Amino acid sequence: MSDFQTHFASDSEKLEGWNRPAMIAPDGDGELLEVAMGPHHPSTHGVFRMDVALDGERVIRLKPVFGYLHRNHEKIAEGISYLASMPYTDRLDYICPITNNWAYALAVEKLTGQEVPERAEYLRVILGELTRFQNHASSIGFLIQEMGASGTPLMYAFREREKILDLFEELTGARMMVNYMRFGGCRVDASPVWLEKARQVVESLPQFLDEFDRLLSSNEILMARTQGVGMLPAELAVNAGVTGPMLRASGVNYDIRKVDGYGIYNRFNFRVPLGDHGDVYDRYMIRLLEMRESLTILRQALKDLPAGPVMDPKAKIRGFRPKPGEAYGRIEAPKGELGFYLISDGGPNPYRYRVRPPSLINLTILEDMCLGQNVADVVLIFGSVDIVLGEVDR
Amino acid sequence: MKTVEEIKSAIEAAVLGAAVEIVPNPSVSGQHSLRLAPGYVLDVAKFLRDDAELKLDFLSNVTGVDWPDKEVAEKVMVTRTVAKTVDGVEQQVEETVSETRKRVEPGFLEVVYHLYSVEKKHGPVVLRMRTVNRTDQADLPSLTPIWRSAEFQEREIFDLYGVIFAGHPDLRRLLMWDNFKDFPMRRDYVEPDDFEYEPTAHDAVLKRAQLHQAALTGQPGEEGRPEMGASQ
Amino acid sequence: MLGEGILKGMAETARNFFGSYFSADRMTTVEYPEQRIAPFEAARVFPFLVYDAKNPGDAADWEAGLRCVACQICEKECPPKCIYIEKSTGKKPDALGKPQFYPARFDIDISVCMSCQICVEVCPFEAIKMDTEFELSTDDRFGGLLLDRKQLAKSNEYYHQIHLTEANGVDARLAAEKAKAEAKTKAAAGAAAAKATSIAAAAAGEGA
Repeated sequence: MSDFQTHFASDSEKLEGWNRPAMIAPDGDGELLEVAMGPHHPSTHGVFRMDVALDGERVIRLKPVFGYLHRNHEKIAEGISYLASMPYTDRLDYICPITNNWAYALAVEKLTGQEVPERAEYLRVILGELTRFQNHASSIGFLIQEMGASGTPLMYAFREREKILDLFEELTGARMMVNYMRFGGCRVDASPVWLEKARQVVESLPQFLDEFDRLLSSNEILMARTQGVGMLPAELAVNAGVTGPMLRASGVNYDIRKVDGYGIYNRFNFRVPLGDHGDVYDRYMIRLLEMRESLTILRQALKDLPAGPVMDPKAKIRGFRPKPGEAYGRIEAPKGELGFYLISDGGPNPYRYRVRPPSLINLTILEDMCLGQNVADVVLIFGSVDIVLGEVDR
Repeated sequence: MKTVEEIKSAIEAAVLGAAVEIVPNPSVSGQHSLRLAPGYVLDVAKFLRDDAELKLDFLSNVTGVDWPDKEVAEKVMVTRTVAKTVDGVEQQVEETVSETRKRVEPGFLEVVYHLYSVEKKHGPVVLRMRTVNRTDQADLPSLTPIWRSAEFQEREIFDLYGVIFAGHPDLRRLLMWDNFKDFPMRRDYVEPDDFEYEPTAHDAVLKRAQLHQAALTGQPGEEGRPEMGASQ
Repeated sequence: MLGEGILKGMAETARNFFGSYFSADRMTTVEYPEQRIAPFEAARVFPFLVYDAKNPGDAADWEAGLRCVACQICEKECPPKCIYIEKSTGKKPDALGKPQFYPARFDIDISVCMSCQICVEVCPFEAIKMDTEFELSTDDRFGGLLLDRKQLAKSNEYYHQIHLTEANGVDARLAAEKAKAEAKTKAAAGAAAAKATSIAAAAAGEGA
């Protein structure tokens, strides 16, 4: 049997009651056209394949296929120490390495009960919000590029992203694979020179956001292509485990920064933008608004940053053996809820190390959103989910 | 939010006959879990999702864990009748000796579910299910009909651990290719070592690569270098 | 008016395009390799081994001045296991005069190294640091990316050139360690001398 036939011969029609994708009856009596979009594809955000069955232009069936970037991160982590897994977490969602590091450090700190000094918490928030900003900027840029804007908004977003990456390189030594968080704090302290540069970058970003807004938000072509496309109802989103900007675009008020209040997020005054319709345009607008909220948090954090150490003085770099037990720690990563589930057996290596990848779980309802739409919209809907294959496949 | 004991009593009150056991979590996180027997899981899950107070409508994470067979050495006091000479007379005497007996505790595969509530903003509630063994009875009911987010995650556990989820709409491999045999995340997985030549290998890796080169081309390569035009 | 949004957007594009001729903020590209941006001081690419040359600028005694004592901690902690160390059989004196092992073989496979810098963090002897050279591509597939001891050894002066503040901190720490060790030996020598004179006085007192 070909790959397609194995995919589409599933028994999903037999199940009653679960939230399965609606069946669309094809018009006419011709055969369905089966198209494999990917893995070599300029718009699939990485090595990702969608087996699409089309009736003319309408999507009848869509099955995502991935695993092309599977690097067995979870098994490698069982063989190396807790600290040595930290650089591997950089490479999960490689656009936002800081938040990956943070989620892992949070999970380990939940497991051991370590305390994080206040200055380290503020630095985590500053770098985390900078990461969120550059992630949303690239995500919007890539979405617009897939719409055919041939790179102009993307390059404007990347121009600002370069400023943020320069900040990361100056602080941590690497633009992307930062390896910055440690269990009990941060690896390196931020000098006053760096903080001044960070303030200047944060001052320059609102102007970019206004420009970006003027460039895109009232563009008629963008609105015609994205409004009403890829609607996701709120109950289905919650039931399918969707998190992050996708969930909030469907109108569900669930931001882990507000719900869990991890770190010191309870001290900051910021709003959570919510969407009305749950279509691609709402997801684009949510990301734009979240970038503004990130700047609000950044200004507050840079103002209130206290002096002090950045590492828990009792933290051990070598010979770190947490007591037996398990913990699940999660944060609001730019893509959704990024969680780490660790089971420790008292040894230097984790017994079970599990990454809860937001991109993978957000893809659960990709089929639901794309059914009945035109194949050209599949690329847009997929772009609005904002996935990174490093996280999906680990 | 209710404590683990309260949730247990609520489940036992709502679903008659449900066997729920609290699995304590020794770490500081305090995230104790509830172990469910596979028979009643679907009813318990529906109750947890629809109950007015708990409203656990959001399944965040599904994890597979492999607990392999454990060899346990126990000291057992064994009483035996032994022939012994006592005062020059052969007699049957009862002797109590301590012996170490080894037995194998069967392993199992475990699936852990982390539930949160979007409406009530509380969580996590941790559920666990265990298979009977790791070989022929490695199946569990699927929770995809209750929470759709389990769809891909249970597929991944099937792919990497070999747990068969009964009632899953589309149980295929997720990350590995469809014709792959074996379950990579299990603790006793043996990696294949017939990978292609690794340029900067040394000691054990180099020897292995040289052996494979020799097997491929019929003659040992120089430092493992593939010969030009050698059949691959 | 239909098309107003598009016109607003095109005004933005025009502003960026023409603005790139006048404002440096909008012209963000650098014509590499003719123009290069200076690397940041904290930048890290691949590790290198530090040696202290007796005569600064003399590259001949790199082997004698290597700080590495082949403790193999970096090898154990390296996440992708790209470091391979073979301990020597004999010992040689280090900067403090103590006889230490040294690495007979120290290979780093930079095709595997992920620049995570954990080896630098865990080294107790300040012997391995991060280099900033990244133009290391080679056409030798079978060993060009396996750096051995000689290729990895770079002098402390080079370390000062690439990471000045960090190198000054390291020098200060090593000097403090040396001073502490010297003070300890002096105190021990003083105590031994005092003990020797007291024994001699007691012997002389007894002899008399």
